Amino acid sequence: MIAVVDYGVGNLASICNMLDFIGVDCFSSSDPDLISKADGLILPGVGSFDDAMFSLTDSNIIPCLEDLVFDKHIPLLGVCLGMQILGISSAEGSLPGLGWIDASCKKIDVPAKSDLKVPNNGWRSVTSSKNSRLFKNIAGHSRYYFNHSYVMTPSTRDIAATFEYQGSLCCSVESKNIFGVQFHPEKSHSFGMNLLAEFARLTLESSVC
Amino acid sequence: MLKRLIPVLLIDRDLRLVKTENFKKRTYVGDPLNVVRLFNEMQVDEICILDIDARLFGAEPNYGFIAEFASECFMPLAYGGGIRDIKQAEALNKLGVEKFILGTEAMNISFVSQMVNKFGSQAVVGCIDHISQNVIKPDTNLKVGLCAKRMQDAGIGEIILQSIERDGARCGYCLDIIRSVTNSLDIPVIALGGARDSGDLEQALAAGASAAASGSAFTFVGDLRAVLINYPDYAEQLTISGHGV
Repeated sequence: MIAVVDYGVGNLASICNMLDFIGVDCFSSSDPDLISKADGLILPGVGSFDDAMFSLTDSNIIPCLEDLVFDKHIPLLGVCLGMQILGISSAEGSLPGLGWIDASCKKIDVPAKSDLKVPNNGWRSVTSSKNSRLFKNIAGHSRYYFNHSYVMTPSTRDIAATFEYQGSLCCSVESKNIFGVQFHPEKSHSFGMNLLAEFARLTLESSVC
Repeated sequence: MLKRLIPVLLIDRDLRLVKTENFKKRTYVGDPLNVVRLFNEMQVDEICILDIDARLFGAEPNYGFIAEFASECFMPLAYGGGIRDIKQAEALNKLGVEKFILGTEAMNISFVSQMVNKFGSQAVVGCIDHISQNVIKPDTNLKVGLCAKRMQDAGIGEIILQSIERDGARCGYCLDIIRSVTNSLDIPVIALGGARDSGDLEQALAAGASAAASGSAFTFVGDLRAVLINYPDYAEQLTISGHGV
C-alpha cells in the first residue's frame, strides 16, 4: 500500500485519483502511525521551497519518514517540489532541504527573448539513464507534463532521467530506495500511469525482500 | 519543443457546457463530464474550465462538480471563475485543480503574492480579456502589453490573452498582439479567442504563444458549427508546434 504524505502541500487528490484508476492501493495521511504501515511513500509538493520545508517540518512527519526510508528501506518517490526538497538546498529559498540527495536546485536559465520560457510549462520527452530502476520498463517515447522554474543539479551518479531545455537538465533522481521526478506523473495520462505503476512495482519488490 | 494545445470548456450556472460568441450568444455544446471523458481519451495536453457565471452571481466555485470533473482529469487542470480568496484556491487544490486562473483579481497585488507564495508562480494564471489593444478586464485603463507586464511583475506565472471580439468568431487569433506581448514577456502566454482549426493553432504558436487554447476549434467542425469533440493526434501536434524551438 502506498501512502501519499499529506503535509498540507501538493496535489494529493490527483495522485490518489490516478493510483486508484490503475488499481494501486493508496491513502493520503499526515499521521505517522498510518504512514508507517505503507510499503511505499509518495512525497508531493507544489509551491515554493521554503513553504514546503516549513510545512513538512511543522507537520512533525520527518522523523517517521527518515525511519521508513533509511532504516526500513521503504521506497519513496518525490514529485515536483517533493523531489526538489529531497536535496540540500535551493536557490528559491533559504531553508535547508531534507538533504537525502546530494544536490541543490537552481533556477532554469534561458536566453533573453527566447522562445523558451520560465516556468517550463508543458509536455517534454525524457531520456532515462541506463541504470535507472524506475525507468527500466518505461517506453522510450514517453512524455510527461512539467511545470516548474527550478531544477535539481545532482551528480551524474544520481540522475535517473534528463530532458532538453537549453541543454540537458535533470528531471529524475534515484539513490537506493529514494526516487524523485520533476514532472507530474499524476497529470501525464498513460505515460504517468505507467510510471506510477512502475513505482508501485518497486514497492512490492522491496516489501518481498 | 512541443507546445501545448488547450481545450477551454465554458460552464454556465446550470453546469452546462456552452460556447459563447463575443462573450454573449451562447450555444449549448453538451454535458461537461462526457466531454472531459472524451478529451481524457484523446490525451489532451491540458484542460481549462471557466465558470462564466460564477462572478456574475457572486457564487462560490461549485466544489462538488469540480471534484467530479477533476477525478477524471489525468492531465493538468486549470480552473477560473470566482476565485477571490486563498481558501477557495486551497479547497480547489485539494480536489485536484493545480492552476488557478485569475481575472479581476489578477491586478490585486497582495492577493496574487499570497497565491504565489502558497502555490508557486507556475500555478497562478492571469487572464486578460481584450478588444484589440484595449484591456476590458481586469483594468480598462490599460493597454494589453502594460497589463501583461504588470501581471508578470506581480509574480503571475502565465498569461491567457483572450480576444473578446474574436471569441467564437472562428476567424483566426489576434496574431499581432500575441507577437508583441510574447516578445516583451519572460513567462508563457496562452492565446485564446478566434481559432477555427489546426491551421489557426499553428499560427498562434508561430507568433510566439507557448500554448494555443480554444473552445471552438476542439468542439466544432465545419461552417455549420456541428458539435464534434476533436483533438489532433500526436503526429499532428508535432506539426502544429513545429514552428517552436
